[in-house]
Amino acid sequence: MMASTTQSLERQRSLWEFLREELRPKGPLLTPFNIISIPVILVGLVLVVIRFARGLGSVTNLNQAYPWGLWIGFDVMTGVAFAGGAYIITFTVHVLHAEKYHPIVRATVLNGFLSYLFYAGALTLDLGRPWHIINPIIGNKFGYNSILFLVAWHFLLYMASEFLEFSPVVAEWLNLEAARRFLNRMTLGVVIFGVTLSSLHQSGLGALFLFSKPKLHPLWYTEFLPVLFLVSSIFAGISMIIFEGTISHRVFADQIDPEHHHTFEDIVFGLAKGAAVSMYVYLFVKFVIFVHGQHWDYLGTKWGAWFLVEVLIFTLVPCALFTHGHRERRMGLIRWAAVMTLVGIILNRLNVSMIAFNWNNPATYVPSIPEIWITFMVVFCEIWVFRWVVLRMPVLREKPGPRPA
Amino acid sequence: MDRREFLGLAGAATALAATGTAAASGSTGTSAGAPEFVGILVDTTRCIGCRQCEVACAEAHGLPVPDPRTDEALAEHRDTTTTQWTVVNRFDTDRGEVFVKKQCMHCGQPACAAACPTNAMEKTHEGPIIWHGDRCMGCRYCMVACPFDIPKFEYMSPNPRIQKCIMCHDRLQEGKLPACVEACPMDALTFGTKRELMEEARTRIYNHPDDYVHHIYGEFEAGGTDWLYLAAVPFDQIGFRTDLGSDTYPDYTREFLYAVPLVFLGFPPLLYGLSELTRRREGGEE
Repeated sequence: MMASTTQSLERQRSLWEFLREELRPKGPLLTPFNIISIPVILVGLVLVVIRFARGLGSVTNLNQAYPWGLWIGFDVMTGVAFAGGAYIITFTVHVLHAEKYHPIVRATVLNGFLSYLFYAGALTLDLGRPWHIINPIIGNKFGYNSILFLVAWHFLLYMASEFLEFSPVVAEWLNLEAARRFLNRMTLGVVIFGVTLSSLHQSGLGALFLFSKPKLHPLWYTEFLPVLFLVSSIFAGISMIIFEGTISHRVFADQIDPEHHHTFEDIVFGLAKGAAVSMYVYLFVKFVIFVHGQHWDYLGTKWGAWFLVEVLIFTLVPCALFTHGHRERRMGLIRWAAVMTLVGIILNRLNVSMIAFNWNNPATYVPSIPEIWITFMVVFCEIWVFRWVVLRMPVLREKPGPRPA
Repeated sequence: MDRREFLGLAGAATALAATGTAAASGSTGTSAGAPEFVGILVDTTRCIGCRQCEVACAEAHGLPVPDPRTDEALAEHRDTTTTQWTVVNRFDTDRGEVFVKKQCMHCGQPACAAACPTNAMEKTHEGPIIWHGDRCMGCRYCMVACPFDIPKFEYMSPNPRIQKCIMCHDRLQEGKLPACVEACPMDALTFGTKRELMEEARTRIYNHPDDYVHHIYGEFEAGGTDWLYLAAVPFDQIGFRTDLGSDTYPDYTREFLYAVPLVFLGFPPLLYGLSELTRRREGGEE
């Protein structure tokens, strides 16, 4: 009795010491990333204080005609599409049992979870009355008919399911074997729930703009916006995995054993094919919508040219590059394709939410410097937490390696 | 003239009766029979641009009161703001100057309320669309959704509100007319139920076919609005959007919302089935 109490006390103390040890910074402090990101984050926090003290208008260029700006168009719309990799990969590995992609599940889920946490979390900065954010959740007033109500709930539930998907890694890190086994058993159920939620809210973000028929340029407005948003989230997510993975494999090279470096190449070639196929589907749907909408006359306008930049240069070209890169097994082409695809997704989401929005309205909106600054702050914060986790938990490491001393 | 007063009083009485019943029964909030929305008919052929409606609106809601004699506000086309819930604009047309009052149209099935995730924008049983500050989280989706760009947000406030015309919902409950209707010296504004206003508008067109274009703006626009407009010139010449279509706004998202429960019920068994079909014999839990 006494012994067991002492033992558990000891275990508690050691866990506590372990956590304290883990909280300490690791690695050199003066890296280029730190030198850039620390000032950005510190100044960004000051801007956030100003925003809450003096209103949204004090730091943003939002106006009555443009109630949604960069924080929605980029942080939420684009950020969530980029985070789509998590539902694609968990679907591929846990539902379809394509074991080849197993090594990237943890990093992808972590990246997806943190993206939702930070980019969708940045939504609270954009809310005018964030202290009422619980209203749609606790349900004193449910706006059942609202797409945004649906999206809000799905964000919340999906964040929870992504955390559960990642939780075995946390348990492994804390050496909680029983918890890890229990959480692992939940994985398939949580993944199925997460994929269902993702397909609904990825398309739901597009459905938000179904109301914008009088405001959004006809080349972008279609009743199939939800379908386009869903399909494009597939290749957006895949491109982000390739982009993030390529960087991670350089920055965290010491975390990964050489064998895995080799499998990663193979994984990327598979991903490239997946991206290309989903892009063909997307372009086909886009083409049918375009023909059906009979908007040929708009192609001659500056809006038409801008539309073609998005669809041809930043969707069709990377699609071809993915295809070619996959066939010829040329890593360089695939990396370029991934970057171009990401740019194309940014263009598409910003076009729908900001640029081609209000095309027929003389009002204008250009993001302010503080808006851009805070967006960078959010991205950097996410990278900080990502790095913190990767350096401590078995995310990139194949096997639960020895605890870092 | 007599008819207008009768309509106004009858409408206010209806509104009062409706709220009275709601308070008494405390449940459904509708009186016996189908609820009828009240609205206001604007006859732009009668408006002289005196802007007494703007003054009355500002006074009724504690907003900065404009001075129509000196402020030269008609020189340019104005939008409503957080502190000006209604504005009158002057348009030069083939048939001379036309003055048009602008404010919330109080749609029958409003986009703002369909968009709102917290029901902060509420289409009341009487017709006016009002905003509840204790529910709103300031997402501004109502502003994105509104085809008339009416809800206005207080960007310079740490505790911002959505501001717009509420058709004097508070005054209606006291049995009074909306402030602008009461203030109008030209009878350009008529208060009543939408059914009564439609009859009145059709009657005016029928009796004076040369004085009006034969269209009542708001009868079908955006699914129908409780504010209705009559004009002597085509509506696109006096600042109205004529491309809004007649679909109600909830229709735009209905199909998507119907698909949600299907996906929620259909996907999990499908995914689970897929997982079982592709499971390898020796594949354990990892």
